[in-house]
Amino acid sequence: MESKNYTLRELMAVVAARQLEDGKSVAVGTGLPLVAAMLAQQTHAPNLVIFFEAGGIAPQLPILPISVGDSRTIHKALCTTTLIDIMDTMRRGFIDYAFLGGAQIDKYGNLNSTMIGDDYDKPKVRFPGSGGANDFGSLAWETLIIMDRHSPRRFVKKVDYITTPGYLYGPGAREEEGLSEGTGPSKVITDLCLLDFEPESKQMRLIATHPGITVDDVIKATGFELLIANDLGTTTSPTSDDLRILHEVIDPQGFVFKK
Amino acid sequence: MEMKILKEGTGKIFCKNTPSEVRKWTRENKDRALRDKRMRIKDAIKKYVNDGDYLAIGGFGHIRIPMALIYEIVRQGKKNISVAGHTAVQDIDVLMAGGCVKAVDIAYVVGFELRGLSGIQRRLFESGQVEKTDYTNGAMSYRLRAGAQGIPFIPVKVMLGTDTMRHSPGKVVKCPFTGEKVLLLPSLNPDVCILHAHRADMYGNVQIDGHIVKDDLQARASKRVIVTCEELVSTDMIRADPGKTVIPFFMVDAVIEQPWGSHPGNMPYKYYFDHQFTEDYLAVGRDSDPKVLESWLSEWIYELEDFDEYLTKLGAKRLYNLRDLEFLRPPVR
Repeated sequence: MESKNYTLRELMAVVAARQLEDGKSVAVGTGLPLVAAMLAQQTHAPNLVIFFEAGGIAPQLPILPISVGDSRTIHKALCTTTLIDIMDTMRRGFIDYAFLGGAQIDKYGNLNSTMIGDDYDKPKVRFPGSGGANDFGSLAWETLIIMDRHSPRRFVKKVDYITTPGYLYGPGAREEEGLSEGTGPSKVITDLCLLDFEPESKQMRLIATHPGITVDDVIKATGFELLIANDLGTTTSPTSDDLRILHEVIDPQGFVFKK
Repeated sequence: MEMKILKEGTGKIFCKNTPSEVRKWTRENKDRALRDKRMRIKDAIKKYVNDGDYLAIGGFGHIRIPMALIYEIVRQGKKNISVAGHTAVQDIDVLMAGGCVKAVDIAYVVGFELRGLSGIQRRLFESGQVEKTDYTNGAMSYRLRAGAQGIPFIPVKVMLGTDTMRHSPGKVVKCPFTGEKVLLLPSLNPDVCILHAHRADMYGNVQIDGHIVKDDLQARASKRVIVTCEELVSTDMIRADPGKTVIPFFMVDAVIEQPWGSHPGNMPYKYYFDHQFTEDYLAVGRDSDPKVLESWLSEWIYELEDFDEYLTKLGAKRLYNLRDLEFLRPPVR
């Protein structure tokens, strides 16, 4: 049953979860991406295999981890290994999806999680950097991007620093630079909408708005010219079951869904 | 035929050791005998960590990190250390708070994952006081793998086309066999590797439960290795399950039994994060008054003789509650 009583963050988690097919594999970071993967496992994708970059493979997550390397990420796992082994596994083609996020994104899905400003030596704000993000964005078959606050400051014409490759400067650019064919970002999930990348131009395209959000809201919140799909849809709201799982099973401590 | 460099980054290489030099050094300096390597943390840090060294840290930033060794490096006031910043969290933060760090090879810094950003690291990186070169977590592991293998560089398929590549020392070339583009990264052979394990014997045979992260590669690539462990066990126990030995004795220079040695970090199968301790520490680091951090460092590091005193100050109850948390049990003490 669809619920009317939900927050945008909850909706994002549910929309992200629905992108994951059963029987496939996903590499996740902390926060919303992991919540989405856990929710998918608890609902339509019980056979989704979860990989953590610190070395956990196929754990039975009892509760949301604080870190992509903490004990919860190896709870009842099938294999515990090394970071390089996870990257090798991804490069060998075993990992379908990787979740990514960032402070800024451009129309080709290039992500910045390194710095704000134009001086690398003295940035205005220094963020964590790549971590495993560039590895995931380079090596996974398909990357799913979650951006919490859809605004012109985050959806920009040019990111201050390309930490992680999207389609770089257009069609064919990934291959030209040495990245593998058939890889790249496939969806972007924001607090306003769901987007994909138009296959010919590799540019970001609006495919569905969240309930109550207009196309105009999305255009105003985007700092570059956005493509709009012909058959524009609306994302489906979380069910009461989704919400129960999110709060009672996945994040009872309120790390992601602040109480 | 000379290999043509198609593109190259501008990043600085902070670790100057080359695999060939390290190999030669190993012949002369690393003891292959089974020898009792137990010593005090104080003595191990004094003997094996020098000002200006390039340091690799085991674990994953706030998981299975060698905090007892980190605190001692700060207590002894080591200077101008360069750090391999594979997901570096509370480990590097304390070193930076103590003024020990000159440069960082960054894969992940500044962040405490879901707990937010570090005030200390933001100040030092944004002002340019600490030098940096950006890589990725995968890239840092690949570099260590090359170092462990004894080869001077390694071709990889990450960082290509990005600013992460442009700010690294990487070079793009075509594979001489297939013609596809690859990024070459320099190998990494740190001066010293510090790590915390579940168990070891007195010779330095090291076993880790759960994910190994990159400790196996770091120990193999580094010149010196200092190990703390939750439990010092008999060599018979090691011999009973040798497949679990991730680091054999001849790589290791010092072994110290140090229960709770990862506090406030999470030690899988032993104890969970001391969440409150880390939150309090983060608040101290974010305070604009530098005296607040100074007094924290005095209280928890400088005024204490060693990690045993730190544990006494924390108290048994607090520590045992972390054990309950690890096993998802409500604390009962």
